[in-house]
Amino acid sequence: MARASAVLWRRPWARATLLLTPPLAWFVLFYLAALVVLLITAFWQINPFTTNIERIWSLNNFHTIFSSPAYRGIIGRTVGMAAAVTVTDTVVAFPFAYFMARVASPRSRTALFVAILLPLWASYLAKVYSWLLIFTKGGVLDSVVNVHLIYTNWAVFIVFCYLWLPFMIIPVYAALERIPASLIEASQDLGGRTWRTARLVLLPLALPGIVAGSIFTFSLTLGDYITPLLVGGTSAIFIGNIIYSNVGIANNVPFAAAMAMVPMVIMAAYLLGARALGAFEAI
Amino acid sequence: MTRQRTGGRRRPMAIATGIAAAAILAAGCGSSGGSSSGGGGGATSNAATQNGGGAVAGATVPTAGLPVLQKIGKGEGQLNLIAWGGYTDPKWVKPFEQQTGCQVNAKIANSSDEMVALMKNGGGGQFDMVSSSGDADLRILYAGDARPVNVNLIPAWKDFFPAFQSPAFNTINGVHYGVSLQWGPNVLMYTAKDFKTAPTSWGVIYDPKYKGQVTVPDNPIQIADAALYLKTHQPSLGITDPYELTQPQFQAAVKLLADQKPLIEKYWTSISQEVFDFKNGNATVGAAWPVMVSELKAAKFGIGATIPSEGATGWADTWMLAAKAPHPNCAYKWMQYISTPKVQALQAVTYGETPDNKLACAEMDKLQAGSCKLYHADAPQSYFDAIALWKTPLATCDNGQNNCVPYAQWISAWDTQVK
Repeated sequence: MARASAVLWRRPWARATLLLTPPLAWFVLFYLAALVVLLITAFWQINPFTTNIERIWSLNNFHTIFSSPAYRGIIGRTVGMAAAVTVTDTVVAFPFAYFMARVASPRSRTALFVAILLPLWASYLAKVYSWLLIFTKGGVLDSVVNVHLIYTNWAVFIVFCYLWLPFMIIPVYAALERIPASLIEASQDLGGRTWRTARLVLLPLALPGIVAGSIFTFSLTLGDYITPLLVGGTSAIFIGNIIYSNVGIANNVPFAAAMAMVPMVIMAAYLLGARALGAFEAI
Repeated sequence: MTRQRTGGRRRPMAIATGIAAAAILAAGCGSSGGSSSGGGGGATSNAATQNGGGAVAGATVPTAGLPVLQKIGKGEGQLNLIAWGGYTDPKWVKPFEQQTGCQVNAKIANSSDEMVALMKNGGGGQFDMVSSSGDADLRILYAGDARPVNVNLIPAWKDFFPAFQSPAFNTINGVHYGVSLQWGPNVLMYTAKDFKTAPTSWGVIYDPKYKGQVTVPDNPIQIADAALYLKTHQPSLGITDPYELTQPQFQAAVKLLADQKPLIEKYWTSISQEVFDFKNGNATVGAAWPVMVSELKAAKFGIGATIPSEGATGWADTWMLAAKAPHPNCAYKWMQYISTPKVQALQAVTYGETPDNKLACAEMDKLQAGSCKLYHADAPQSYFDAIALWKTPLATCDNGQNNCVPYAQWISAWDTQVK
């Protein structure tokens, strides 16, 4: 026993390896390996009649995706929706998080926290179905203002913004809370008015929080298919819907896997861009 | 940005990465991505000329040689079914559970494609039976996901209409892979408020007058409905069978649907969603299954349904036995039960479809006067001829030519050209 501990003491790398191996093995086996097995099928084909997978290596699936204007349009629409949701949620979340972090009294801050986190306890489907009842003809919105948003992309946009807002508020709150009040006072002493202080002092310091929140809103919108399926109309086809219909209905798993690689590559590019902007400096 | 550069920190990371990479490579190379193609290579053959397409010559059903049950044993206590919505109504499931002790667990599927996908690998050893329609049956059979059934163990089978005892969609070379269930049409459903009299043509769902009020199923097989419409209204195309379309005929049908898209408020994906849309006024006319009509009528909503002059597409369902069914005895008990005249009648009247058992007609009239005639359970030939039952579109047409459009293209056309 003493010899084992002596060995570990003298070789820090052995300690680290021993500690890392169990969680890493779990991660590699159940997450990465499963993901790799799925993504490898992207290079295979299916028998068109029986829909059994045939291990014929080819890039056909990727060629189909990128040469078809329909699929390119779907990818563009998904990225556009994700960007719109991210920008909107940032704009909505920032004043809210600022109020919570710097203005609210401790009691009202707790109440606000509860208000934001409570919807996360409700089931996803319950929330989306509630919006369905709000948007439908003869629904809540229709009875107040005569507008029918159901089965439009506006409905999808609003529901996405609603669903991911807590994920944006919390990181921005955490970032804003860490800013020492003395910095803001110093900025004001130097003659900076509200907007200038906000733009030159608050925003750069809050940027890591905003980027963290945007990773949530962007990636969650990129892959979601349930909200477009329920509240979206005939033009609410997103990447997630193509993957869903190809796995569960057309049983074309290779094509779905090829399609699944697209948001992964987009997110990788997004993260690299965020890193280049210095968003991960604080970590 | 500071970064620690001690060797002690980098080595374990390098080792961990090495382990991870090795594991990933091993997993990737050794993966079983599913069996290679079984049997049918996209149909290179003459299909028999019957509803359902019939045997695909040159291809064999992989499970044709499996032994059938000779005697039904003790029930296993559970039965896992993949069913259309409305097929596992407690009205007839509860008595079955009490009689046999087999608890029914139903997974509701919304399209034939979903059923084929769920039955992959014989249902994965999880499902016992699937109530598949004619356009799913061949795909399930030739993938080896169903096993032969001994119809001698199902007494009510003798009372079926001859056309449904050994139909081409569930019987290949004399081997039965399930028992026929019921059949019915895809009807034109309309709100009584907006249509004082029943529409006489499917043209209403292609009419710009109803922009934003039409709904049709989100299903590639809908192309056949468009083809059926063009069979009457563009006879120059020469469409005879809406499931066997040459490229020009296929493209014409797809174009009709693409032109219809601005009129569609939503492509419905489930029974409850279409019922919701009609109840709230989101849709006023569209294609539906009889069960939606039944549900809306039961909710006292002013609804009507009709089969217009062009005829309609329809479906004939089979309770197919999964190749790896974990509860075969309960499955046979279910097949026996669901084929009896009383249960056939109850399901027909509740759902709104036509039973395959001749003797159900009398029972239906006992449940609801006039229902036998209403749901055509006396099976007049004229009704049978007006319904084009779902079948899998294959590359080989029934006339022996090889230029028909196979189903894989239907799916991609639906996803990219219509939707």
